[in-house]
Amino acid sequence: MTDESKEKDVLQEVTSGEYKYGFFTDIEADQAPKGLSEDIIRFISAKKEEPEWLLEFRLKAYRHWLTIEEPDWALLKHPPIDYQDIIYYSAPKKKKELSSLDEVDPELLDTFNKLGISLEEQKHLAGVAVDAVVDSVSVKTTFQETLKKHDIIFSSFSEAVQEHPDLVKKYLGSVVPYTDNYFAALNSAVFTDGSFCFIPKGVRCPIELSTYFRINAANTGQFERTLIVAEEGGYVSYLEGCTAPMRDENQLHAAIVELIALDNAEIKYSTVQNWYPGDKNGKGGIYNFVTKRGLCKGNSSKISWTQVETGSAITWKYPSCILLGDNSVGEFYSVAVTNNFQQADTGTKMMHLGKNTKSTIISKGISAGHSNNSYRGMVRVGKRAENARNFSQCDSLLLGDKCGAHTFPYIKTNNPTAIVEHEATTSKISEDQLFYCQQRGIDMEKSIGLIVNGYAKEVLNKLPMEFAVEAQKLLAITLEGSVG
Amino acid sequence: MLLNIKDLHVSIGDKEIIKGFNLSVNKGEVHAIMGPNGTGKSTLAAAITGREGYEITKGEIFFKDELINEWEPDKRANEGVFLSFQYPIEIPGVSMTNFMRTALNAKREYMGQPPMSAGEFLKRMEEKKKLVDIQSKLTNRSVNEGFSGGEKKKNEIFQMAMLEPSLAILDETDSGLDIDALKVVAKGVNQLKSEDNAFVIITHYQRLLDYIVPDFVHVMYDGRIVKSGGKGLAIELENSGYEWIKEQFGA
Repeated sequence: MTDESKEKDVLQEVTSGEYKYGFFTDIEADQAPKGLSEDIIRFISAKKEEPEWLLEFRLKAYRHWLTIEEPDWALLKHPPIDYQDIIYYSAPKKKKELSSLDEVDPELLDTFNKLGISLEEQKHLAGVAVDAVVDSVSVKTTFQETLKKHDIIFSSFSEAVQEHPDLVKKYLGSVVPYTDNYFAALNSAVFTDGSFCFIPKGVRCPIELSTYFRINAANTGQFERTLIVAEEGGYVSYLEGCTAPMRDENQLHAAIVELIALDNAEIKYSTVQNWYPGDKNGKGGIYNFVTKRGLCKGNSSKISWTQVETGSAITWKYPSCILLGDNSVGEFYSVAVTNNFQQADTGTKMMHLGKNTKSTIISKGISAGHSNNSYRGMVRVGKRAENARNFSQCDSLLLGDKCGAHTFPYIKTNNPTAIVEHEATTSKISEDQLFYCQQRGIDMEKSIGLIVNGYAKEVLNKLPMEFAVEAQKLLAITLEGSVG
Repeated sequence: MLLNIKDLHVSIGDKEIIKGFNLSVNKGEVHAIMGPNGTGKSTLAAAITGREGYEITKGEIFFKDELINEWEPDKRANEGVFLSFQYPIEIPGVSMTNFMRTALNAKREYMGQPPMSAGEFLKRMEEKKKLVDIQSKLTNRSVNEGFSGGEKKKNEIFQMAMLEPSLAILDETDSGLDIDALKVVAKGVNQLKSEDNAFVIITHYQRLLDYIVPDFVHVMYDGRIVKSGGKGLAIELENSGYEWIKEQFGA
């Protein structure tokens, strides 16, 4: 076989790699009618028994959203989204309060088991507190008791609105205002649940906190909000994971994550995103339009984003840091894999406002099949930001010759003392490397997994241990078969 | 018979490189294949190990009496064919330890055995590292990354020791080695040599053969073997060079 036909063969295999989380759980759901209007927003707010100010916030966001247009600057192509064809509220039926796992719908527990997240198991083995959000509603928050001892608040967003309205009111929209962008406005109008986490002054959260998001019902969008606040000297490591069933139609996911770190606080936010990417012909899949931003409000605070992006038909996502406090640090570590007809336009923004602020950007893009993978990043240094430093490294790895990798770095410095470095490479998996592995008895698929994991190691190393293993497997699965 | 190559013809693209090559190797034997540059020695190694782009247009390669012409490289490796690369490849981000463990367990899986326990594996690593005088820090580094020329070659022999192949092909393992490294490599090979395995040593110079004594020496020229003999042939070549071969067999 010639090199080329072999490559095609293998690519064929990659493109036929099956999505392993595509099951649908038959749980009765409590749904709003399709479409978006002020009435729907009032319906959601009423369902959640929200205070008046929150309804006002939603309505203002909605009215603003009506005046703006979907952004078109990203390197993404998709048919227009019909926002009136989406169900904005869907909750698994079973209204009563859940205080133990026994009370959770067994079908739902089974879903988590299929996802490889046994709540029980995680509880005992990993010491991870899990908040699981299915469709729109938070189902279960484990580990509450342990957290309570440290005065840490970790709950569903809805619960936080009821229990800690002042905190929510104070920080909601303070990092990502509803006017920020189209999808942020949409989310602010219709968000249904999400997670809330508050680390009080001087507390280091003793366990990893984790949220799992899952879209289950058909025609639903998922619009969750995550808000994490770490007070002076606080520390938390937080992980989110996401999956969805296989469906022919596209589903919309538009989330907001806001992080706030006060003096000397540190927030480490890790994501393993594995939404359904669509089939090998590009049919179906999640449209993932997410706004994530962290505010290093205090001096010497630190916010670190780590993401492993393997899912979604479209990913539009730029986890960013506003480095307001002096000596604050922002980090962005990303592995984005696209296959088949997936499109990813992802990257970060580092806004240096305080003195001696530092940021690091390590981005590893991996493209296969007919996919397109773009890194889009902005480093901005403000006038006051004496001695700001940034280092960016953006690497792209191509598997095959039908995919694309693009890098769009924007740099703006308004302070002459700033040092901004940018490095970028593009490479292909070499035939030499593959043959070397195969000659040692490792088959083609495993060889690709090994090489790609090596390539992404710098980023994978930043993930909490137990999730790094999961992410490694995911990378290998996503690229099953790849390249010659 | 371990390896039996019959009338092998190999092309790269449109160009025929191997033109009617014959060789039989039995267990317990060491064969040296010598010859001037560009005569097809490395192409032969690539064809035996199944590298893509090296097309067998005619002839057969039998390994343990099975025709392996169409086998994938990893199947050949797991059946016991090992190649010590002339230019070992770097794999960034993959530690030697992880690489070896993956390779070893791939072989075990192929043989229907369970994966080796971490303890057993590390013990084996330690044992084999000593054999080729490899420092511990090397196995913590990424595969071949930042290794010196000599370290890369020693690392090839180390991998061979770990995987215990029945047929090892050493492609110019001596090139670029100083005399101390050469001795270490030779010591490693000599310790691994047994009644159950065989070595094919591809080399341009005879100096490695001072330390690894071959049972057979073959002179390769223009894609085939033009002369075979014992250890003495290597010494003869050392003294007279390859010119006479070019004169006698050249087109």
